[in-house]
Amino acid sequence: MAGLELLSDQGYRVDGRRAGELRKIQARMGVFAQADGSAYIEQGNTKALAVVYGPHEIRGSRARALPDRALVNCQYSSATFSTGERKRRPHGDRKSCEMGLQLRQTFEAAILTQLHPRSQIDIYVQADGGTYAACVNAATLAVLDAGIPMRDFVCACSAGFVDGTALADLSHVEEAAGGPQLALALLPASGQIALLEMDARLHEDHLERVLEAAAQAARDVHTLLDRVVRQHVREASILLGD
Amino acid sequence: MASVTLSEAEKVYIVHGVQGHTDILVGVKAEMGTPKLEKPNEGYLEFFVDCSASATPEFEGRGGDDLGTEIANTLYRIFNNKSSVDLKTLCISPREHCWVLYVDVLLLECGGNLFDAISIAVKAALFNTRIPRVRVLEDEEGSKDIELSDDPYDCIRLSVENVPCIVTLCKIGYRHVVDATLQEEACSLASLLVSVTSKGVVTCMRKVGKGSLDPESIFEMMETGKRVGKVLHASLQSVVHKEESLGPKRQKVGFLG
Repeated sequence: MAGLELLSDQGYRVDGRRAGELRKIQARMGVFAQADGSAYIEQGNTKALAVVYGPHEIRGSRARALPDRALVNCQYSSATFSTGERKRRPHGDRKSCEMGLQLRQTFEAAILTQLHPRSQIDIYVQADGGTYAACVNAATLAVLDAGIPMRDFVCACSAGFVDGTALADLSHVEEAAGGPQLALALLPASGQIALLEMDARLHEDHLERVLEAAAQAARDVHTLLDRVVRQHVREASILLGD
Repeated sequence: MASVTLSEAEKVYIVHGVQGHTDILVGVKAEMGTPKLEKPNEGYLEFFVDCSASATPEFEGRGGDDLGTEIANTLYRIFNNKSSVDLKTLCISPREHCWVLYVDVLLLECGGNLFDAISIAVKAALFNTRIPRVRVLEDEEGSKDIELSDDPYDCIRLSVENVPCIVTLCKIGYRHVVDATLQEEACSLASLLVSVTSKGVVTCMRKVGKGSLDPESIFEMMETGKRVGKVLHASLQSVVHKEESLGPKRQKVGFLG
């Protein structure tokens, strides 16, 4: 297509990365004192903040309580000044509701909800023009910060397909170009997929390659998040004087 | 009509509270709009306050709307006078084009003394705002075209000298306190919000809370508010100028720092 070249002949992307390379990720846990758990992540220019409250008693109608497991409640909201054109409502629109439902589905698969019956866990994600991947990674760290038991980390990454090559971790420019996009949330230890979503057309012959690129990128994200958690625990134990 | 897509001037300011942690994020976006009918030579400001659910679970869904609307209305009131911001600088061509500044406040954590922190953050964000310089070109047929300057750093800044800050005085027992934490606010039955400019001029005053205030205490609190307000403006000025003087290489304060 004319104009922007997403992948150059030498194999470099628009921002200079290789096909399988991730954007720079920086993360911090425990950013809010008041919440049970919180985390902040920067993936390239995307910033996501996740806050977890719970497990606590069900708010609102008691009828929603599940007798054998906890209720996971997620809300996604994005700042009005985050996108190119100013958004009118931070949340409540279709995209935010859909994102909230996807996050809920992902975390219901990962959190050991049977350990907290009849309670509620709230996960609130505040994103700066966020994509699904950054939100999930932030939420994983926040849930770990809150001390809620999980089956495994949930690591997410996006992938695309251009000129016969699978690209991992799409930037805004690459997403806007309109090619096929895959969002994947992975539980790294077991290799199980918590959420898989794909937009636009992709020939099924290419699916395996794109899926593998996304899975590898998610495993790389896992290495990073693992390091962040260990660093945080080390700092906390130093403060406690161990 | 305008055939050029204009870029927006956006600046984000994070104000971190020291204790009790009130976290506010303010973003200012400048967009082109039509001036209001009763004020054809001026641009205007639009405020929006989003109480994020991360502050407390009660703000989930529409729960934070009440507080958000209350804060936004207070901001409208304190800016609703001729001297706070010179709106004429926001006019591009009378009756047709003007700059609309959308000031969006994101409340991330509530540690007490919300109104004060938000007004400080808004003032700092407005100081930081850079609006691109535009020219209106008129050709022979009379159709107007808006041209953006080629230099991305060619921009107009707002004068925030007369922008007021809110000082909240909470009455506890027979005395009053400023910059109350959550626990102190819980002990206070009535508070006075005073909006003060850097020169000590009071632009707006409001009593909040279910308790009542003696007229004597209101005068006392107002005096304290003016005094504290002047000091607040002075220290905000010095912090903001110092940060600006560090230039583009300065360390951006964020959650990672």
